[in-house]
Amino acid sequence: MARLTVNGQLHTVDADPDTPLLWVLRDHIGLTGTKYGCGIAQCGACTVHMDGMAVRSCSVPISLVDGKQITTIEGLAQNGTLHKVQKAWVDHDVPQCGYCQSGMIMAVAALLKDKPKPSDEDINREITNICRCGTYQQVREAIHAATSA
Amino acid sequence: MNCVAKINRRSFVVGTAAAGGGLALGFDLPFGPKLAQAEVGGPEVNAWVVVQPDETVIIRIARSEMGQGTLTGLAQLAAEELECDWSRVKYEFPTPGQNVARKRVWGDFFTAGSRGIRESNDFVRKGGAAARIMLVQAAAEQWKVPAAECTAADGVITHKASSRSTTYGKVADTAGKIEPPSDIQLKDPKDWKIIGKGLKRLDTAEKVTGKAIYGIDVRLPGMLYAAIKACPVNGGKVKSFDAAKITGNKGVKKVVQIEDNAIAVIGDSWWQAKTALDALPITWDEGENAKVSSESIAAWLKEGLDVEQAFVGNKGGDVKAALGGAAQKIEAVYNYPYQNHATLEPQNAVARYTADKCEVWCSTQNGEQALATASEACGLPIPKCEVYKTFLGGGFGRRSTSQDYVRQAVLVAKEIPGTPVKLLWTREEDMTHGWYHPITQCKLTAGFDKDKNLTALHVRISGQSILAKVRPAALQEGRDPATFSGFYPGGAEAAIGYSIPNILVDHSMRNPHIYPGFWRGVNINHNAIYLECFMDELAKEAGVDPLEFRRKLMAQHPKHLAVLNAVATKAGWGTPAGQDVHRGLAQCMAFGSYVAACAEVSVNGNNVKIHRIVAATDPGYAVNPAQIERQVAGSFVYGLTALFMGECTVKAGRIEQENFDTYDMMRIAQMPKVETIVMPSGGFWGGVGEPTIAVAAPAVLNAVAAATGKRYRSFPLKQHGLTMA
Repeated sequence: MARLTVNGQLHTVDADPDTPLLWVLRDHIGLTGTKYGCGIAQCGACTVHMDGMAVRSCSVPISLVDGKQITTIEGLAQNGTLHKVQKAWVDHDVPQCGYCQSGMIMAVAALLKDKPKPSDEDINREITNICRCGTYQQVREAIHAATSA
Repeated sequence: MNCVAKINRRSFVVGTAAAGGGLALGFDLPFGPKLAQAEVGGPEVNAWVVVQPDETVIIRIARSEMGQGTLTGLAQLAAEELECDWSRVKYEFPTPGQNVARKRVWGDFFTAGSRGIRESNDFVRKGGAAARIMLVQAAAEQWKVPAAECTAADGVITHKASSRSTTYGKVADTAGKIEPPSDIQLKDPKDWKIIGKGLKRLDTAEKVTGKAIYGIDVRLPGMLYAAIKACPVNGGKVKSFDAAKITGNKGVKKVVQIEDNAIAVIGDSWWQAKTALDALPITWDEGENAKVSSESIAAWLKEGLDVEQAFVGNKGGDVKAALGGAAQKIEAVYNYPYQNHATLEPQNAVARYTADKCEVWCSTQNGEQALATASEACGLPIPKCEVYKTFLGGGFGRRSTSQDYVRQAVLVAKEIPGTPVKLLWTREEDMTHGWYHPITQCKLTAGFDKDKNLTALHVRISGQSILAKVRPAALQEGRDPATFSGFYPGGAEAAIGYSIPNILVDHSMRNPHIYPGFWRGVNINHNAIYLECFMDELAKEAGVDPLEFRRKLMAQHPKHLAVLNAVATKAGWGTPAGQDVHRGLAQCMAFGSYVAACAEVSVNGNNVKIHRIVAATDPGYAVNPAQIERQVAGSFVYGLTALFMGECTVKAGRIEQENFDTYDMMRIAQMPKVETIVMPSGGFWGGVGEPTIAVAAPAVLNAVAAATGKRYRSFPLKQHGLTMA
């Protein structure tokens, strides 16, 4: 049994200790906004926040999550108001297929906590999520827009 | 597309869906007497348009949305003629089963080849126009005035003479009962208000909140999960497996063999099923194909460069004689590898089977083929099967002609009747069982006269045919026309942009056991590299500027030339590009559009920095320029990833790269600045999702050659130690 708080709600989950957080979120708790891409922490589609830090949930066993605060894409908006990254994504029409965007948005949201006005170099270093549709140009524009307001 | 047969919707047989559908089918106007009320709780005006009492307009979208924006573009087409309020437009995907039941009222569902808008624009616009006519008619009948005296705009119908007005929502129910019009006049393009506008996508809100549902996200009550492993060598079989080793594992429900080549584990959760499958001892009979390697394939293709027999794709003049009499001959050999699509959403499907119903929920580019596949796999007739389409986490061709994951999901579900099962491939399974960008080699031989004019060109492609594997019925006496994309002598699809007095483009077909498939751009990607890089090689040999060298051969190809000139001008061709920065050009026609690119790169040791790419596209009509810009920029990410990193190699009959640690991709750090020129010249409908991918690689390669003096002819560039800075 693992106890974790997801988007402010406490869950007790019957999963083997080595079960990755990703699958607990998706299959046990039913939050499917967090995506599976590679399972080896390469693509970032599964990015969520653990105690405020961006982690790739495919590679975090649930045994390490006990007592932690998890935020997923479903919990990023507060009281019905989109997070500024989500809002910038809407304003700049960023997503194409959209599959990577949950992870991309969570990675960017975490970056902005540390660096409210990231430079292009910061973005290059910190945002390493894979987007196969190739939305990178819009992602960069939207990050700068979200942080210039 | 080579021939378009007019097929009456009433005589259309479902069996064609099994053959893939889409390549060469035309339709009568696919609307008419309605056969079913919409399920969305609002009156259906016709198959394309539902208007709810609160004035919400639902436009039905038959094609799949996989990021390319066809959902929004098609809705714009219908809305333009419908004269509705765009801010109230929503969408829904009709199901393939409904399409069959309603005599294919929505036409073809197949979504590939950048065909979504260019093939269905006529009947989608007519669907919107017919609905408008019926809505106006309903209001006119209510007011007892001639419909011709009424106008419609923004969802409001007005009869000016009597100062009366009403809204679509109020008359939709009545409109749906009116006989559909038979004569529909579409607007003159100069009157378009919604088509041609860079409107926002309709599907963004759900994609930034995690609410968008992809195949992998479907959850049904009582659903179980399945993991699967097929023999890593195509053609191989299961020899034995020891189910007893894992049947006691926690959460494992059942271990099943699927056909002769795969084992699936069904469990309470996917992680349990996958973990158990990893622990299951399986012995494969890998068969003869296990002897095949990248080296053996390369040797086989190399032979094809010089054999006599080959399928001809373009022939003019007498190449053999012209080369024989040439003052100078120039020759180069290029090759291009296998590449996986790597859709970020791995293949998956949810299926539920009972003795009289089979349902599938999945990401698919080809809903009707998914339906036919489900029917064939479970043995129930098509009317007893249904497919519910979701968003796709990338398609790129992987989910088009190959519905292998649907077949497997249905076969797994059949093992446990009544229980829905979600079959999900691991990334490793997805990388191992792709339908890869086909492998080819190419020998180009050119002849110059004494003044260094190009008088002859022989292009010999040796390698794999996609159609031979995925749609053999589309071969033309054995010849795969798609192989010659970009080299066609003319036509509206992918014509060569150069006039060369003696030309021969031919193909020695060699089909290894690795499955080939459609892939974003696909044949045009390597063909454009071969031709456009060789053009630069010839220009260098002739001592002529590459732009001028091309222009001389393009006088008879004004649309090709226009996009090339546009990028050259915007990029500043002929002016200094900056310290150590060099430019390269490429142009081609593909998927009905004319495209060109100019890349600016600098090379520092083994690091290639792409500073800027200027791209131009003439798609005839540009339905949504803002989305076209995004498709162009995105196509360069896919194309440059392929150029620098994309390679699947074969060892002991199987693909070696199993995950993204050995099959790397571009990240944001490597993204060049892309400046897109959308220059629609009107009068035709070209695609936008794919064409520009083809000019990405050759423009960069030509710039790299300009920077280094080195010409790379085998790919990806990582083979040569080059990386993207």
